Amino acid sequence: MAKLIIILLSAVFINNYILSRFLGICPFLGVSKKLDSAAGMSLAVIFVMMIATAVTWPIQMFLLNPNNLGYLQTIVFILVIAALVQLVEIVLKRYIPALHKSLGVYLPLITTNCAILGVTILNIDEGYTFLEAMVNSLGSGLGFMLAMIMFSGVRSKLEGADIPKSFKGLPITLVAASITSLSFMGFGGVIENMFK
Amino acid sequence: MNAILTAVIPVVIIGLVCAAVLVIASKLMAVKEDERFPKLRECLPGANCGACGFAGCDGYANALVENEKTPTNLCIPGGEEVSKQLSEILGVEFADVEKKVAVIHCAGDCSATGDTVDYRGINTCSAAKLLFGGKGECGFGCIGFGDCMKACPNNAIVVKNELAHICQPDCIGCGVCVKACPNGLISLVPEKSSVYVVCSNNDKGAVTRKVCTSGCIGCKKCEKVCPAGAIKVVDSLAVIDYEKCENCGLCAENCTNKCIRFVK
Repeated sequence: MAKLIIILLSAVFINNYILSRFLGICPFLGVSKKLDSAAGMSLAVIFVMMIATAVTWPIQMFLLNPNNLGYLQTIVFILVIAALVQLVEIVLKRYIPALHKSLGVYLPLITTNCAILGVTILNIDEGYTFLEAMVNSLGSGLGFMLAMIMFSGVRSKLEGADIPKSFKGLPITLVAASITSLSFMGFGGVIENMFK
Repeated sequence: MNAILTAVIPVVIIGLVCAAVLVIASKLMAVKEDERFPKLRECLPGANCGACGFAGCDGYANALVENEKTPTNLCIPGGEEVSKQLSEILGVEFADVEKKVAVIHCAGDCSATGDTVDYRGINTCSAAKLLFGGKGECGFGCIGFGDCMKACPNNAIVVKNELAHICQPDCIGCGVCVKACPNGLISLVPEKSSVYVVCSNNDKGAVTRKVCTSGCIGCKKCEKVCPAGAIKVVDSLAVIDYEKCENCGLCAENCTNKCIRFVK
């Protein structure tokens, strides 16, 4: 149990996908302008990370590894995740239109996002069991959400700030992102030691 | 050769399985889109101005399909023609659209009124309005940073001499600028009427006269000359009732400060 909690918390804070591993930067900069779209995007990411892990972990363990095809991991995962997200979109549209409306715009955006692929591959590399892998992807999704929501707050403050002309727009956003990321470095080593 | 095949074949098989699942799913779970939707969407002008009260033209078309009670005459830029087409597609009775244009109720440019503060803040009217109610002497008038100009979807507004002007032929009557002006200087008037008051100052005449040379001082001359009784002076400011106005232009001719405009 303690291990699961450590995995969850370290995925959220220490190995935060955006701010420590630098994966998923594209949606991080693209969709973090407004709080509601940042939240919508993050929910979609959590959702897709979970189902992607649930599908790719068995594929790796029961299909690729026994046949010595581990090196096909990347291409097979991309293929499966892309098809899966499309399938989920079709199913949602048919049966849960309300959820489709709120996630719908963001689902295709993250189909082949590196954060999703990163989670599934790292789950295998770390040698997690299925349960641990699921907890890790939940934590990674939550970490993504935390970073997105925090940063949308930072950006809304930037809107009203008096910024030198040459820094306006993307430059100041990148500077702000790196400072936010630095602050997350402070969590390093905290959680492992908490349970000692 | 064998090594390539052992790599390629599983990937191809997985790809084919995924493709098959997607094809079957999209056939089985296809959602029927209302066939009227694309037709309705095509009729609408596509300005996405939001004058109808929905989020863009797609939103309006969607509302028309989903709720039968949505009126077909909400699209102001499209006017009567679009309303007719929409009604035809939906098979409901056609309702009239009154074409409207936006007018600015202020004539206080640089020559008519001055500034009280040297404003160096953010260049928007709404920001300037938050400090001392604007930078000009007249607290009711046009601030001149062009919030309306930025909001206008059809580029029909220009700011000259710190006063916004609306180019009437370009105005589509969407009313976006009405919401954008922090002083509420813009209103929509029927296109057929050609007379409007170019002042919004509610102060007493003497006060108005001090801050602006083209302000309404509430002398009530227009009230007296109007044959239709369409003008009333309320709070030292002339207000035209467009239901009664007959477009004679007498009020504009007799206005002391020329603050009623008559466009022929």
